[in-house]
Amino acid sequence: MEVTITVNGTAHTLDLEPRQLLVHVIREQLRLTGTHIGCDSTSCGACTVLYDGTPVKSCTLFGVQADGVEITTVEGLLTAAGLDPMQAAFKEHHGLQCGYCTPGMMLVGKALIEENTSPSDDEVRTAISGNICRCTGYMNIVTAIQAAAAATTDAPANA
Amino acid sequence: MLPSSFEYHRPTTIDEALELLASLGDNGKVLAGGQSLIPMMKLRFAAPAHLVDINRIGGLDSIEEVGDELHIGALVRHKQLARSELITSKYPMIAAAAPQIADPLVRNLGTIGGSLTHCDPSGDLGAVMLAANARVALKSKDGEREVPVTEFLADTFQSSIEPNELLTEVRITSPTGAYGGTYLKLERKVGDYATVAVAARLGMANGSIGVAGIGLTSVGLTNIKATAAEEALVGQAPSQELFAEAGRLAAAAASPVSDVRGTDAYKRHMVEVYVRRGLTRSAELAGVA
Ligand SMILES: Cc1cc2nc3c(=O)[nH]c(=O)nc-3n(C[C@H](O)[C@H](O)[C@H](O)COP(=O)(O)OP(=O)(O)OC[C@H]3O[C@@H](n4cnc5c(N)ncnc54)[C@H](O)[C@@H]3O)c2cc1C
Ligand code: FES
Ligand code: FES
Repeated sequence: MEVTITVNGTAHTLDLEPRQLLVHVIREQLRLTGTHIGCDSTSCGACTVLYDGTPVKSCTLFGVQADGVEITTVEGLLTAAGLDPMQAAFKEHHGLQCGYCTPGMMLVGKALIEENTSPSDDEVRTAISGNICRCTGYMNIVTAIQAAAAATTDAPANA
Repeated sequence: MLPSSFEYHRPTTIDEALELLASLGDNGKVLAGGQSLIPMMKLRFAAPAHLVDINRIGGLDSIEEVGDELHIGALVRHKQLARSELITSKYPMIAAAAPQIADPLVRNLGTIGGSLTHCDPSGDLGAVMLAANARVALKSKDGEREVPVTEFLADTFQSSIEPNELLTEVRITSPTGAYGGTYLKLERKVGDYATVAVAARLGMANGSIGVAGIGLTSVGLTNIKATAAEEALVGQAPSQELFAEAGRLAAAAASPVSDVRGTDAYKRHMVEVYVRRGLTRSAELAGVA
């Protein structure tokens, strides 16, 4: 089935088998391997992508369902100007160790600060509660997302 | 994990979907949020030959009051339910349950229609809708039938929907007067299914309890409506003794089994505790405690 999926701003017309999961399309067809497969059973959030801005588990969505949809993966955070404030904050605040959960954490963080410009500890913890981290103990992830929120709010609109 | 092959259909109107379901019969399956069906297909517990994706059908995602009823569209996502102003202001039992379902990523996709049709005894909305005396609207090419949720949740993973039918809407009679409700869920961690959960609500009429609803999660082959407990409450003045009695009756209606989440005795005890607490909280919200 022919579909057009916009990934990180670039439209891709692809011929997909309906049973291909979105995560496989992203990793194997588009070769964007920043989106990880952890549990492959809808439980860990390592495969999180933004589906028209909403975080979803790409291991539990068929590629054909993304026809006409804008998908953002972790690769889409990087701009010509450099790291996204979310990436910069994770780097600055040690929000990652092995990095396996990090793409999902950052994308969930992006979606959160989009609608809540200064989330409390509890609000961040609720937002990331579908994403498992086996390394950090979450403290620095929470700090990093809050720092990114502050950096995004403080930045001049035309920056 | 790759599901077996299937043909994918994406209707944009209800009529088109009903036409497809009628012609596909047993070979067709509706795809809503996919948060139960896709995991089942990946494990090859389900291998439908055709999927009818209803996500692009407009008009199935509204939450509105029509006359004296609340209508919730089949495609209303758990997140939407949790955030709806109408729900949070007037339907406290649903408002308490929605943010406790699964995790935020699953809630972004999972739907009320999918939850009920999936008929998982550990599903949270099944207990809520039993306590609410909800009805579901089932449409087919031949027309529409309205089925009480008590009948719809027929058996474990087996609703009473026919292959040619689409669940389009969940309907509830809106509360009048002093009213309260809540959903108490015992879970090991966020995103886990309930060890035990209880949906409870109370509506007052002339100083005594006019309507009562109690639904149980994860303690039987389906979600359970604790009918004897409900009947014991109606017509009585709210009191701790009455709520404790309702708790005992609800625990007697439960048939939990021991598993990794706890022993049957523990679960039965927690039903009793949660029914008592849920009714107490409902009475507080109704302003009668
Ligand atoms: C990690 C995880 C944790 C979860 N935890 C919980 C939890 O704690 N509590 C809980 O209640 N649920 C939980 N769920 C399940 C979740 O709520 C699902 O979203 C829900 O059960 C199914 O809804 P869906 O829209 O995703 O349905 P789908 O998966 O798309 O469909 C489920 C079934 O319903 C049928 N169907 C769907 N919509 C219709 C319709 N309108 N008409 C006819 N048939 C239809 C499908 O054909 C299929 O048989 C969890 C899921 C996951 C992955
Ligand atoms: S890989 Fe998708 S949720 Fe774990
Ligand atoms: S940094 Fe290793 S899993 Fe989160």
